[in-house]
Amino acid sequence: MARNPKIGVYICHCGINISNTVDVAAVRDYVATLPGVAVARDYTYMCSDPGQGLIVEDIGAHDLDRVVVSACSPRMHELTFRNAIVGAGLNPYCLDIANIREQCSWVHKDRDEGTAKAKALVASAVARAALLEPLETREVGVIKSGLVVGGGVAGVQAALDMARAGFPVTVVEMADHLGGRAMDLSHTYPLMERADDLLGQIVGALEIHPRATILLNSRLVDVSGYVGNFEATVQTHDNGTVTDHKLRAGAIVIATGFDPFDARLKPEYGYGQYPEVMTALEFEALVSPNGPTGGRVVVNGREPQQVVFIQCVGSRDRSVGNPYCSRVCCMYTAKQAHLVQQSLPQAQVTVLYMDVRAHGKGFEEYYDLVRETGINYRRGNPAEVLRRGDRLVVRAEDTFAGEFVDLEADLVVLATGMVPRAETAEVAHLLKLSQSADGFLLEAHPKLRPVETASDGIFLAGCVQGPKDITDTIAQAKAAAISAMIPFARGMVKVESATCLVDEDLCAGCGMCEEICPYGALRLDTHLGKMRANVVLCKGCGACSATCPSDAITLQHFTPRQVMAQVDVLLSV
Amino acid sequence: MEATELRTFAIDNHLFRCIQCGKCAASCPMGFKTILNPRKLVYQALVAGEFDPKAHQELWDCTTCFTCSIRCPKEVDPGNMVIQLRSLLVQDGRIPGTLTTALKSIFERGNPLVMPARDRGAWVGDLDVKHLDDGADVFYFVCCTTSYDMRAQKVAQALVKLFNVAGVDFGILGEAERCCGSEVRRLGEQGEDSLFESLVEEWGEEMADYSYQRMVTTSPHCYDVFKHHYPMNGREVLHYTQYLAQLIQDGKLQFTNKIERRVTYHDPCYLGKQNGVYDEPRAVLKALPGLKLVEMDRSREKSLCCEGGGGRVWVEDPNPEKKLAAWRIDEALGVGAEVIATACPFCMQMLEDAVRTAGAQDKIKVLDVAELAAEAL
Repeated sequence: MARNPKIGVYICHCGINISNTVDVAAVRDYVATLPGVAVARDYTYMCSDPGQGLIVEDIGAHDLDRVVVSACSPRMHELTFRNAIVGAGLNPYCLDIANIREQCSWVHKDRDEGTAKAKALVASAVARAALLEPLETREVGVIKSGLVVGGGVAGVQAALDMARAGFPVTVVEMADHLGGRAMDLSHTYPLMERADDLLGQIVGALEIHPRATILLNSRLVDVSGYVGNFEATVQTHDNGTVTDHKLRAGAIVIATGFDPFDARLKPEYGYGQYPEVMTALEFEALVSPNGPTGGRVVVNGREPQQVVFIQCVGSRDRSVGNPYCSRVCCMYTAKQAHLVQQSLPQAQVTVLYMDVRAHGKGFEEYYDLVRETGINYRRGNPAEVLRRGDRLVVRAEDTFAGEFVDLEADLVVLATGMVPRAETAEVAHLLKLSQSADGFLLEAHPKLRPVETASDGIFLAGCVQGPKDITDTIAQAKAAAISAMIPFARGMVKVESATCLVDEDLCAGCGMCEEICPYGALRLDTHLGKMRANVVLCKGCGACSATCPSDAITLQHFTPRQVMAQVDVLLSV
Repeated sequence: MEATELRTFAIDNHLFRCIQCGKCAASCPMGFKTILNPRKLVYQALVAGEFDPKAHQELWDCTTCFTCSIRCPKEVDPGNMVIQLRSLLVQDGRIPGTLTTALKSIFERGNPLVMPARDRGAWVGDLDVKHLDDGADVFYFVCCTTSYDMRAQKVAQALVKLFNVAGVDFGILGEAERCCGSEVRRLGEQGEDSLFESLVEEWGEEMADYSYQRMVTTSPHCYDVFKHHYPMNGREVLHYTQYLAQLIQDGKLQFTNKIERRVTYHDPCYLGKQNGVYDEPRAVLKALPGLKLVEMDRSREKSLCCEGGGGRVWVEDPNPEKKLAAWRIDEALGVGAEVIATACPFCMQMLEDAVRTAGAQDKIKVLDVAELAAEAL
């Protein structure tokens, strides 16, 4: 602990995110008066290069030994600022973050109250910062092999890249074949290539790769360890027999994919009620050259003359809890409409849509091309599908014409979106990952760390992270593979230093901490009757420290003194 | 509404969420017979700069089936917007004349039908029904229409028969029962100092004093408003179809008499779409021996509104040539039904009118689920 700490405090405007609700200048002036504060500044974006530059410069100029950044959640930028102060010669643990965005400006409206709360939060962080202690940075060796969970497009591509880079990799796939849902597609947009041909290339390459092990009919059932040193249990089902494999890996790529939206949750469209209403995936099977009709479009034994596509089924729809866009339906609908037009030139094809999003490379051009083949795009989110005689009627408001239309149809295709796989919560639980509000797995940062998770060494690829098409899935899988291999290349990884510390003089060996530790980091030394901590396994959650009846375990970086100093300030303002 | 007021209205009602997809308008059952178009109303409120509800008499055409709000992908709640706009008209005293009579009657007599309060319990006749004064397990809330309308009274009488056979300890309030205010609220008489507010305060307090465990209602409209808008102090509110389904499941109701008829079921909006009660009425019908239940194309979530909700039973039809209920009867006949069963006094009125207009009395009968069940005892 620094006896006379020299603290620099940096208050971020976050554009207007913070400064709209918090009087940043007033917070700065107030903080400057606090004991130990050598310098206090505010800046538009503290996380920007010039913002970090201010901190680095001050550390030199004012001989600072502690830094408080008052900005967004530490989940966003703690690492950014740690790296910045390390660059200026400070220990990374000499930093505290006061979250005045998520926990203040975003949730309050009143500027005076927001400012007062921001002052309190920053003051409490200053009090803790004064008591922070430098911690030693530790590194451990890594196992240079990868584990990929899920053998769809994402998993296959990620595994292939790791194998090609020279590292052994194991792919765990639930089904009895690789390729996932994309293998069930007929053609891919916008180039209209056969999906099975295209994906067969990477699947085939992986299958024959000497460094790839493929476990089909298998599931990941247990994981322990940490970045660089994971131990996994995989269960393989083979004709009624179940085999458990133990394997070790330095990094894990999760690529467990998506489920198609269950169209029965939009009962107004009559899916399950009328055989002429099918989902987009069923339509893919129908028009696939490998399908039962060899690719001919046949419904109820005849070629449909009027085909209606309904977009956004289960996407952009808060009424079913899916507020997000599924990002693929606009384009696959254009492709499917195109296929119908090619297969049945006499058919009348109508696409009912809310907005058309053709955002990818070559997509708008493809959408133009498809419309010009004679396909009617009509803007309206249809109300329902009804039976009229031996045909169906799709009722909608054509919102451009401002008129109600009853479109007759002998085939209705529902552009069902993507939802998180049913097992996503299970996977999240198994690997201690978070899900975003939409239920997909949460990346570490939406822009800067899109394939990482909050758990070091575990990466995301493909639709498990959110809806995406094959193009984006391949790109993300390659990114995940590269990120996963960074520690393989270095051979070492940094591990958390803010871990628990057992005071053996106080420890009575009761074992309560061992029971509560979710990471298996505490083991009783039965000879000495004292608890031993494996600080490489410890994640610094603090459960042991709170449980210990004799206060024998301290969580470094969150010691009782540090935390109580913070609480005292909050209670005194 | 002037620009500033209109903007506040639009923000408060989440109208800025709207992406003009047209789901609401296409889903509106009145769209085919009146100029009511919730999508256009939202758009005007957003961009017109001013909005005069007086220029939109079609606001009274809404049946408050809420299909628009239930299906809206952006949670705009256009149905509630219509009611908010009605509120502005009500505050200005600009309401259709027949509605004034109904509202005044509720205020003065506790029912919208200009009937004397003392006659409210007359339907009981010599049936074995006790007053809730002494407390009971079930508070049977009868409803204004069911209490006074001679056709609807038969439903209450059938329910009493069923309750007694099942050994249910129930009581009614008779003369002391008052209108639940469901349609009052949906007509726009809601919010501060409104008739609905005073009903909840006075009537709600009065009801709280009685001793009972659960309330069972005849009408889905009473069920909806008690369940969601009255302080029930932890007491359960059930529609009678839910309660009967429970009694059947518990083995307390058994049926011996065969109902050899082809029956289709019309889902009332306030029971089905608005409260998700689709299975219980069907479970009751399926428990009746001999009864053959057939579904219409438009059933459950796709059920067609009868046009009776939101106070529509008390105002003039803007387009009497086209009746939703007439369509409904056609559809029921199309599936070969001899009976169209429902579980709402408003639906029953609208459907019976349609049967009479079509001169189809000898082809199809409108019966309540409770009546069929009582017949099967």
